Parts: sequence; structure tokens; C-alpha cells
Amino acid sequence: MALKQTPSQTVGPFFAYGLTPEQYGYDLTSVADGAVRDDDTAGTHIRIEGRVLDGRGDVVSDAMIEIWQADAQGRYAHPDDPRGSNAGFTGFGRQGTGTDLQSRFRFDTVKPGVTEDGSAPHVSLIVFARGLPSHAYTRIYFADEAAANATDPVLSQVPAERRETLIAQRTDTSGVPTYRFDIHLQGDNETVFFDV
Amino acid sequence: MTSTPFRPRDWSSHPSFVDPRADGYRSSALRGPTKPLIPIRQSLSELTGPVYGHDSVGELDGDLTRNGRRNGEPLGERIVVTGRVLDENGRPQPNTLIEIWQANAAGRYLHKVDQHDAPIDPNFFGGGRCITDSEGRYRFYSIKPGAYPWGNHPNAWRPNHIHFSLFGPAFATRLVTQMYFPGDPLLALDPIFTGIPEAARDRLVADFSIDVTEQDFALGYVFDIVLRGRGTTPMED
Ligand SMILES: [Fe+3]
Repeated sequence: MALKQTPSQTVGPFFAYGLTPEQYGYDLTSVADGAVRDDDTAGTHIRIEGRVLDGRGDVVSDAMIEIWQADAQGRYAHPDDPRGSNAGFTGFGRQGTGTDLQSRFRFDTVKPGVTEDGSAPHVSLIVFARGLPSHAYTRIYFADEAAANATDPVLSQVPAERRETLIAQRTDTSGVPTYRFDIHLQGDNETVFFDV
Repeated sequence: MTSTPFRPRDWSSHPSFVDPRADGYRSSALRGPTKPLIPIRQSLSELTGPVYGHDSVGELDGDLTRNGRRNGEPLGERIVVTGRVLDENGRPQPNTLIEIWQANAAGRYLHKVDQHDAPIDPNFFGGGRCITDSEGRYRFYSIKPGAYPWGNHPNAWRPNHIHFSLFGPAFATRLVTQMYFPGDPLLALDPIFTGIPEAARDRLVADFSIDVTEQDFALGYVFDIVLRGRGTTPMED
């Protein structure tokens, strides 16, 4: 090992016009946003939304969330996935929490398929925020996949009493299946974060 | 498939989630996770990541001296920042997206919530991006960012810095960091910078280079970035 890793630093409070410019109304195109799918993307169209909460339970309105997921057939849009991928579905989304009145992030995407034998459908997620010197990795699992969740190798490494923090609850209030995933950075209900 | 996992995040190089110092980075106190991270085996979900190519970057995206012009040149000291993106094994990281954002020469962000009473430059946007070439090299043109005050403690000022966001080959190699300038007296006083383990701090300070400096145009800085590299043992799967 010849070189040492470059240290991480907080994304800071002013990331919006560099990383999420279109969402915040700045004059630069965004490389990614909350629209992960198109109208004609194959698979079950879903919405994932939630908030980021600090150790006092206050919403964090200067966080940024990135998601990375497989398509509906469980294939990643990446050359290391030997199965090939759905054309047009990148599986990557990015949203700041500063444009919604309730400081929610929101992704319109598809329900991911199974990526590996034995694993449950999931979405990988990174939290960045002002006040977070290094980013934090977690995963979203789906409440309506209870059978698959029961055998998932990552979920089973999580102490049973903390697994619920990784399960998005389904609410269908907006006409499209919507999964609610709040991220608790600290506290009794702290979301499980992974050393990936 | 067989794919070699990445070496772990080196926590002797990165700042901790919660700054333990009484006079440290205050807003980390309620935001950093406090329970231990749960280690997981890297699966395809971590070993893959978003792919961006040269088609994701516009012609002026890497030139912040030009991408925000309205009626003239941005004010301040022109700089060129270049370097290589490598992994821990010293391998260049080609085709990786780098996004940057920064304050203008007066220390003012264009951002709507930046309240610092310093002038906005109508000809400076402050955001840009580029893709590394086949040798992992990148280059930005910009204006040297000014220092700016913030509310962490009385008379707190952020040193001059440029924010960097990098993808690398996988979700596991994601990095957001900040580049600083050599000789800045604010570095020693900045809890965000000094929150990094001492031995690792220098890695965020760019080197001035007369060779990179462009005659009659811009001062040159070199900033190399090292992402996580793959280990030696292939993952059995
Ligand atoms: Fe900044």
C-alpha cells in the first residue's frame, strides 16, 4: 500500500449550487437529482422519501442524500456487474434537504430487484451534511419484503432491535407506492450506519 | 463474479463523526453517529457505483473563470488547480467525476443562505466539474477563494478552500473533501481542518507550483487525491 487516503471533510452548508444546482434553482445542470427513473423505466415505480434528524430530533435542512441501486431486475449500471444493465436506468440519485418545506428528500425510482442470491431488495444510501465531517453509509430495505429481509446477510449482521431503522415503511398517500425512510443521525433510534 | 474488495476506510486519516474537542467543530455534536459502525462484506452494491463519462461535462464546466461570466471577467487572483486522482496502490483513477464549489475572491458564496456581508461577483458562479483523463489527471481554472466568517466560535474564519466531490470507481470510494492553500494562517485555527488526525492534515494542503503557473495568466497549485484502493484478496463469491 503505497499511498494514504485523502481525508474526508464536511460537505458544508453551501454545497447546493455545486452538487444539486437545479434542485436549488442555480444556473448549472445537475449530474443527478431526485428523478432516478423515467416515465417508461421498466419495473414497479416507487417513491422514497424521508427526513434527516439530528440527536435532538430536529430536522436537518442542509443534508444531502445520495442513493445507488440496481434496476428492477437487480442489475447495476456498472461494468463490474456482469449481467448487463437496463439502458437508461443509472440507479443514482442525489437530493438536498433544503428545498422542501418539511426538509424531506424525495426520490422517484423503481423498486430494485434482487442483486445477489439470498439478499433482499435494497437501496444503498450515503448521508452528507453540514456538521458531518465524514459521510455515513446505510441501506434502505422495504417493509413489504419481510420474507427476503429475514434472510438478508447484511440485515442479519444488525442486532435485531436495530433492524427497524433500515426498513422503509410503505404509505400510499400520493398515488404511487411511497416508502418512508427517516434517517436518525443520533439518539435512541439512531439509524444503523455501516463500515462499508 | 470475483471482484476484489476495497481496503477499509482508514480512520487514522479521516475526521471522526463527532468532534471530541471542547473547542472543536460544534455542529458535529448533534449530527455525527455515536453508535459503532457495523462492518459489512462488500457486495456488488458497494463494489459498483455511478459511472460518469466525458459526456457528462460541458465545455466550460472546468473553467470557473469563464462559466459564470455575464458582462466581464471575475475579480480576484486567477488560479489553475491540477493533480492526479490515485488509489492507495498508486494506480491512477481515470474517468472519475470531480465536482468543485467555492466562495468568490471576497469570501462570498453565491448560495442563498450565505449571509456574509461581502460582495457577490456577478461574473463568478463558483461551481464546476471535470473528468479525470486516462492518467487520472484533472485541471480546473478558477479564482482564489477568499476566507469567510462562520458561527462556530467568536471570530471564527474558514481558511481559503475549495470543496471537492469525487466518485472513484465504486460507491465505496466516494469522497467529499476540501482543498486548502499553503501558508494560510487560518489553518491552525480552523476546527474543520484540525479535526483531521494531525498526520493526515497536510494531504489537504495543495502545493504551489511555478511549473503549473501559467505566464501572465494564473498561479498554479497541485493537489493530488488518494481514494480507497482494492486489497489483495479477491472476494470469493
Ligand atoms: Fe466552504
